[in-house]
Amino acid sequence: MEEEIRLMKGNEAIAHAAIRYGADGYFGYPITPQSEVLETLAELRPWETTGMVVLQAESEVSAINMVYGGAATGKAVMTSSSSPGVSLKQEGVSYLAASELPALIVNVMRGGPGLGTIQPSQADYFQATKGGGHGDYHLIVLAPATVQEMADFVGLGFDLAFKYRNPTLILADGIVGQMMEKVVLPPQRPRRTEDEIRLQCPWAACGRLDRNHRNVVTSLELDSAKMEVNNHRFQATYRRIEENEVRFQEYYTEDADYLIVAFGSVARICLKAIEDARAAGVKIGLLRPITLWPFPYKEIERLSNQVKGILTVELNAGQMVEDVRLGANGKVPVHHFGRMGGIVPNPGEITDALTSHFSVNI
Amino acid sequence: MKEEIVIAGFGGQGVLSMGKILAYAGLMDNLEVSWMPSYGPEQRGGTANVTVILSDKPISSPVLDSYDTAVVLNQQSLDKFESKVKPGGTLIYDPSGIHRIPERTDIKVVSVDATGASIELNNSKTYNMILLGALLKLRPIVGIDAVLRGLKKTLPERHHHLLPLNETALNKGMTLA
Repeated sequence: MEEEIRLMKGNEAIAHAAIRYGADGYFGYPITPQSEVLETLAELRPWETTGMVVLQAESEVSAINMVYGGAATGKAVMTSSSSPGVSLKQEGVSYLAASELPALIVNVMRGGPGLGTIQPSQADYFQATKGGGHGDYHLIVLAPATVQEMADFVGLGFDLAFKYRNPTLILADGIVGQMMEKVVLPPQRPRRTEDEIRLQCPWAACGRLDRNHRNVVTSLELDSAKMEVNNHRFQATYRRIEENEVRFQEYYTEDADYLIVAFGSVARICLKAIEDARAAGVKIGLLRPITLWPFPYKEIERLSNQVKGILTVELNAGQMVEDVRLGANGKVPVHHFGRMGGIVPNPGEITDALTSHFSVNI
Repeated sequence: MKEEIVIAGFGGQGVLSMGKILAYAGLMDNLEVSWMPSYGPEQRGGTANVTVILSDKPISSPVLDSYDTAVVLNQQSLDKFESKVKPGGTLIYDPSGIHRIPERTDIKVVSVDATGASIELNNSKTYNMILLGALLKLRPIVGIDAVLRGLKKTLPERHHHLLPLNETALNKGMTLA
């Protein structure tokens, strides 16, 4: 059963993977293009099997605060939404980060700004990687490109969140949320018992019992000196994450003369354009950041010493390109090609961008 | 083997389900599959389309700009996708859905009167399975048995009594192509 190959949407894979991880709760509110997460959970009725709570809150704000409450008790809890809904959640996300709580948040991005469209987008890159909510904090940001990664990053996301006591964000887009492909789901794990939670999360507010102190979870600290100490502690955590958790994938980079940097499903569209280019004798490689924060600056720097130019392809007006430029540090020109508002470029448009920026014939 | 297919028509014609059944058949035959729908408000009556890729190698882009095979069921879809069939590719259309016949001469153009055939079968819901039968006659990328196994696996058991009707529709489609 565990090794069975299934065919499903990325959104459905997230729901299945959450149950199988042994998640304790999901709190959400429907919005296209990620409604299948909540719908699939409702269909699978995990409250009757693992005991996982699935709740449609009255709003996104409510859902993220339910996550805040659940996370404070050491439970593995999550929420999912799409761009406008994720904007609503930002206050709660900042509180989670400041309270050093593990949680999983999923954003299946759609075209903005505003209510925008329901079609795929990557325009929430800045929001995801540079804050989003107020204050100096970071989320661990994972960018899935396949339905398999949608499933795998649920477990990885929760594990990282608990390891560092910091929320993880899965930053997906409408393509990988809505497309179906093969997926092997992880094996079913039991939910942690109350005793296991008390042991693994000694900070959790889950009852004093035999402890000689109360655990208080809060992001409020009116004494500025103490709040600065808290900030130093957060920053130390971020440095550890930067040191240990950068993830990326390289394709055809060994002999590449030019480099494309793209994340999520767009990296796959680029891969097709790269295969066409290679068939025409033009050696282009692809770097796909899997963690958008921490960002693979060092790999960009390394490849900047090898290639003659870099093109970032994003479903936005040019956001990740700023991080790529930081990594390249002026060594090679870094160009951007993007479509906005829910328009997805096809491989041919990426080929055109390659030929115009790099003066190559494909 | 790699087949890049687009199926396009009005919302409600069974475009997305036809693609889904094809994808499941690919899964049954151990192929790599990708199913990428247009997921806008199409199911309320606008145009809907789905890109299905079946391949024996890993699939990179789920989004394409040209196709080996296009199945078009209305005029808007014909206008949109006729030019996107690769030279030497196949274009299948339902004559009931269009008022201008395809003009390309460098591709194989096949008219399949699935509307008429579904009326003959006395069940308009067989429409997309008739088209799938025609598609698989022209492009035998998966067998009818794989389609039926896929259907059996994905349909809830309360609908299993409809499997023979689906098989009839598939076979009818094969005779039309």
